[in-house]
Amino acid sequence: MKLSLGPVQYYWSREDLMDFYDQVAEMPVDLVYLGETVCAKRRLFRFDDWMNTARKLAEAGKEVVLSTMALLEAESELKSLRRICSNGEFLVEANDMAAVQLLSAAGLPFVAGPTVNIYNAATLRVLADAGLQRWVPAVELGKDTLAAIQQEAADTVEMELFSWGRMPLAMSARCYTARAYDLPKDDCQYRCLDHADGLTLRTREGEPFLAINGIQTQSALTCNLLSELSEVKTLGVDVLRISPQSHHTGRIAQVFAEALQGRGIDKLPDMERLMPVGGCDGYWREQAGMRYSQK
Amino acid sequence: MQLVCPAGNLPSLKAAIDEGADVVYLGFKDDTNARNFAGLNFNDRTLDQGLDYVRSRGREVYVALNTYPRPQGWKRWQVAVDRAADMQVNALIAADMGVLDYAANRHPDLPLHLSVQGSATNYEALQFYQERFGIRRAVLPRVLSMPQVKHVAENTDVEIEVFGFGSLCVMVEGRCLLSSYAAGQSPNTHGCCSPAGEVRYEETSTGMETRLGGVLVDKVGKGENAGYPTVCKGRYDALDKTYYAMEEPTSLNTLDLLPELLAAGVVAIKIEGRQRSPAYVRQVAQVWRQAIDSCLKDPQGFQPRQEWMQQLGSVSEGQQTTLGAYHRTWQ
Repeated sequence: MKLSLGPVQYYWSREDLMDFYDQVAEMPVDLVYLGETVCAKRRLFRFDDWMNTARKLAEAGKEVVLSTMALLEAESELKSLRRICSNGEFLVEANDMAAVQLLSAAGLPFVAGPTVNIYNAATLRVLADAGLQRWVPAVELGKDTLAAIQQEAADTVEMELFSWGRMPLAMSARCYTARAYDLPKDDCQYRCLDHADGLTLRTREGEPFLAINGIQTQSALTCNLLSELSEVKTLGVDVLRISPQSHHTGRIAQVFAEALQGRGIDKLPDMERLMPVGGCDGYWREQAGMRYSQK
Repeated sequence: MQLVCPAGNLPSLKAAIDEGADVVYLGFKDDTNARNFAGLNFNDRTLDQGLDYVRSRGREVYVALNTYPRPQGWKRWQVAVDRAADMQVNALIAADMGVLDYAANRHPDLPLHLSVQGSATNYEALQFYQERFGIRRAVLPRVLSMPQVKHVAENTDVEIEVFGFGSLCVMVEGRCLLSSYAAGQSPNTHGCCSPAGEVRYEETSTGMETRLGGVLVDKVGKGENAGYPTVCKGRYDALDKTYYAMEEPTSLNTLDLLPELLAAGVVAIKIEGRQRSPAYVRQVAQVWRQAIDSCLKDPQGFQPRQEWMQQLGSVSEGQQTTLGAYHRTWQ
């Protein structure tokens, strides 16, 4: 099994992104996904910056994939998408059917991210026919469903499992970060920059529930499948995805890499300390996503 | 421009048709459709009666098969597609690519519509569904502004249907997992948002608490209305305040935009609410029939009548309505 680092879902400053990807070059991950997937207004890092970062990481031996936006509404967003899809150098992750259309029409292979809905083998076949090389299941799919899909799936398509991170749960036309600050979306003042891991929403009983990240809503709890690796292996998962966070990403990648090399589960460090507010693994167990077996 | 109304059961179907709906859409009694609630939807007997009622009056029926089958349920969706084809319904509304593929290959004469749950918000995505499955129409998610709806319609041959009225999904449909995160079932997997079995109303000394999957979604004082606990319409804490972090309990109402939607080439207005009462369907169908007729007669001079707005307001969530994403300031 390989390890991947998913796209940074948040809005980080240019310097922070540069520093982060300098460190990524040294992390024990095989694949790196690069690009803005949430909001077209986040432009501190431009197409050329992503391409330069991609080349640097490729030189450092990483397999690089360019990620694309999940919610495409404006023509300007489609224009940016076309540019990424025709980059000519790197594989592209489609996070919306628009990207699937552009890539398949161009005869290019692609990865389908977690917001391209694949819930069964029939859909997987349609997309394999269109050029799908690897897919990341929707985070709500559990192990029984994934096993059943794997049974029918063609060997040519790889599966990449979202294994660590705050999970993308929903998207909206409305920006919830701007709303939290009573700002209109068109004058959001880029408040996402102040929330490097999203803005945690708590219930009125103080329980961390969701995290706001611009137009995206995430789980407040961090999906953690580290202790499930033996079962994950039996599913024939090809890649484990770690979703970047503002702190500890290198440490998390290192722990996953060691676990994949057979370091015993009993020797794993206290992973809860590496999460913003706590963990969950309910989806994997075919339960409500927020449930956690390790509580 | 067609008026497409919800039929959660036979009385609603009759109410919609009596009030002038051009089309009713309905689902089978299982998780193959996105309003899988106890007491709703159609079995063979009610379906036959419903079809007779609609057809004898020269109107149309669409069947919604708009959830995402997992391998465990795949057969059930196949059977449902076959059933809709056998009934020669006027269109099948589907979201899942596997289902669309099956329907297109097995029943090439069955007209296919891409459900709002298919989550296509742009014309490139529509192109994929058109080329692969020959979809004739798509229902757009409630995340586009009016100019964006127009832009999509201008750049595709696929017919465009939009939501005109009803409960407002603030998240892009088909890719919202909030319900399964809290309660284990989502519209995609189980055909329901906020499954009733996971909903709790708890009276406290100060009022009422509403919960989903144990999560406190909202808390209202004595005498206040406690809404059905959907995650996106709850009140939560952040930045030292308690507020509706995503949206207040409110309904979508696009009556004001009718001339613009017509000019944009939108072919059908969809009314949400298969889970609502026949009285709701009757009221909403009646107003929208009058409004569409009035708009078709004189688009330039069209003005929503005050009584229409009042009638729609009275059946709205939280008794208030919004233009939602159609209007940029809402976003």
